[in-house]
Amino acid sequence: MKVLVAVKHVLDYNIVPRIKQDGSDVDITGNKMGINPFDEIAVEEAVRMKERGIVKEIIAVSIGAENSKDTLRHALAMGADRAVLIQTDVVMQPLGVAKLLKAIVEKEQPELILLGKQAIDDDAGQTGQMLSALLGTGQGTFASAINIKDGEIEVIREVDTGNETVSIKLPAVVTSDLRLNEPRFLKLPNLMMAKKKPIETIVATELGIDFNPRLKQVKVAEPPVRKPGILVASVAELVEKLRIEKVLP
Amino acid sequence: MSILILAEHDGKQLKQSTRQAVTAAAAWQLPIHILVAAEHGDVVAKEAASISNVARVIQVEAAHFSHPLAEDVSAVLVKLAPEYKVILAGHTALSKSVLPRVAALLDVAMLSDVIQITAPASYVRPIYAGNVFATVESSDSIQVLTVRGTSFEVAADGGNAEIISVEALATNTTTRWIKEEKNVSDRPELASAHVVISGGRSLGEQFTSLLDPIAHKLNAAVGATRACVDAGFAPNDIQVGQTGAVVAPELYIAVGISGAMQHIAGIKDSKVIVAINHDPDAPIFKYADYGLVADLFKALPELNAALN
Repeated sequence: MKVLVAVKHVLDYNIVPRIKQDGSDVDITGNKMGINPFDEIAVEEAVRMKERGIVKEIIAVSIGAENSKDTLRHALAMGADRAVLIQTDVVMQPLGVAKLLKAIVEKEQPELILLGKQAIDDDAGQTGQMLSALLGTGQGTFASAINIKDGEIEVIREVDTGNETVSIKLPAVVTSDLRLNEPRFLKLPNLMMAKKKPIETIVATELGIDFNPRLKQVKVAEPPVRKPGILVASVAELVEKLRIEKVLP
Repeated sequence: MSILILAEHDGKQLKQSTRQAVTAAAAWQLPIHILVAAEHGDVVAKEAASISNVARVIQVEAAHFSHPLAEDVSAVLVKLAPEYKVILAGHTALSKSVLPRVAALLDVAMLSDVIQITAPASYVRPIYAGNVFATVESSDSIQVLTVRGTSFEVAADGGNAEIISVEALATNTTTRWIKEEKNVSDRPELASAHVVISGGRSLGEQFTSLLDPIAHKLNAAVGATRACVDAGFAPNDIQVGQTGAVVAPELYIAVGISGAMQHIAGIKDSKVIVAINHDPDAPIFKYADYGLVADLFKALPELNAALN
């Protein structure tokens, strides 16, 4: 089986982005970047399926500027076989990403497409579902376990009240939740080897698809700051204060 | 033109998120319609029709809606879409799965987790785990969005909408529902609880035994950090933060939680935040209205006793 994993190059999860002086956007120049954590889980799942002999080939795909190659190398070092960069400097939004991924899926014909459930920069959580709809496949969002059998994939999904199991005909689109697995630590030799592997680059505009952003970002701002609080000395004092606030009986 | 809200329900009752979506929809000053897709939807449709400011309830009945799949629900919405200017829903697991499909099939952008609607097509939504608020405009002909429940009031009863039935479509051919495992709890739901008490990884195996008695006395929902869920001390459906639930209760009690920004993202609209942590330098104290530096394993039984 062939698996395609979509990976996004994002600001490191520990960094709070600065806002540009004119408030037009965040400024992440010079900050540490890396693979979107949910996409890393998706790659890990593909690699584990390959190690179990279910998967023959893993193709990692990223859409973005030249620096997205770092994230593709991360995927290669984890165990992806090939990497494809769809290169563009346009600020991508989920619908455009889904359209470009659809073109690659049609070219590569994978039986399974894995993505993270959301990217931790724009927090949209839309791309997998959009891709599934455009491809006309079934979808399994927020996966915490997957199992391939008889031409279908069984997906245990994390939902608001617990979990739900669905079975989807292949090809299918599945998005990973955090409990799907715990990604491996990268070993230095694997990283060194990944640096030597080629990355296929496709110029996004040459695919003949309209992927321009539909939403216009007017401004960005810091959220309102909470008033500073106080420290109390004991449980008794805490309870007293909360009763004065009328939030405790 | 009107607004279509996707109702979320359990077959008996609407989820609070649907009523919050009704409040959000008022921003357009257009007639509000609610879609109830259910196996037996009469009770839920009647409840939806009684919400103030709702003009019409569209009831679609089919056996496969007993456990709605995104593939099926999105097909109904896409079929109804040409009549609407806005399609919206609460930011729940179902809507997060359904609405991006609808947007893609209509070839329009979607806005997730909107916290403010400032004009007919201008929105504020959190990005970077809520560290940044982005104001975004959409020029698409149909606006598709999910709204964050805690940012909008719960719409009250007082309406008397018409209820119409629409024929269901055949179920999809790609995806089958197999089963569900509900985490049964006699605690209130995280999204609607007035009090939430959450624990971090440091509670370890004592997560339940320390938090539950206090939650019981306060009629509180119990939440957990991602690290706590990752470590297996709490189920994922009570995770609070960027990738879990967003809560805004009257009182939020954070126990043994350091205050990673991903967790803060899910709690900072709470009215009163209390932090109990042994580490005086924990970032959570910057966000807490009341902080107590103490050993959790002593402070929690003490708090429990003080509530008698």
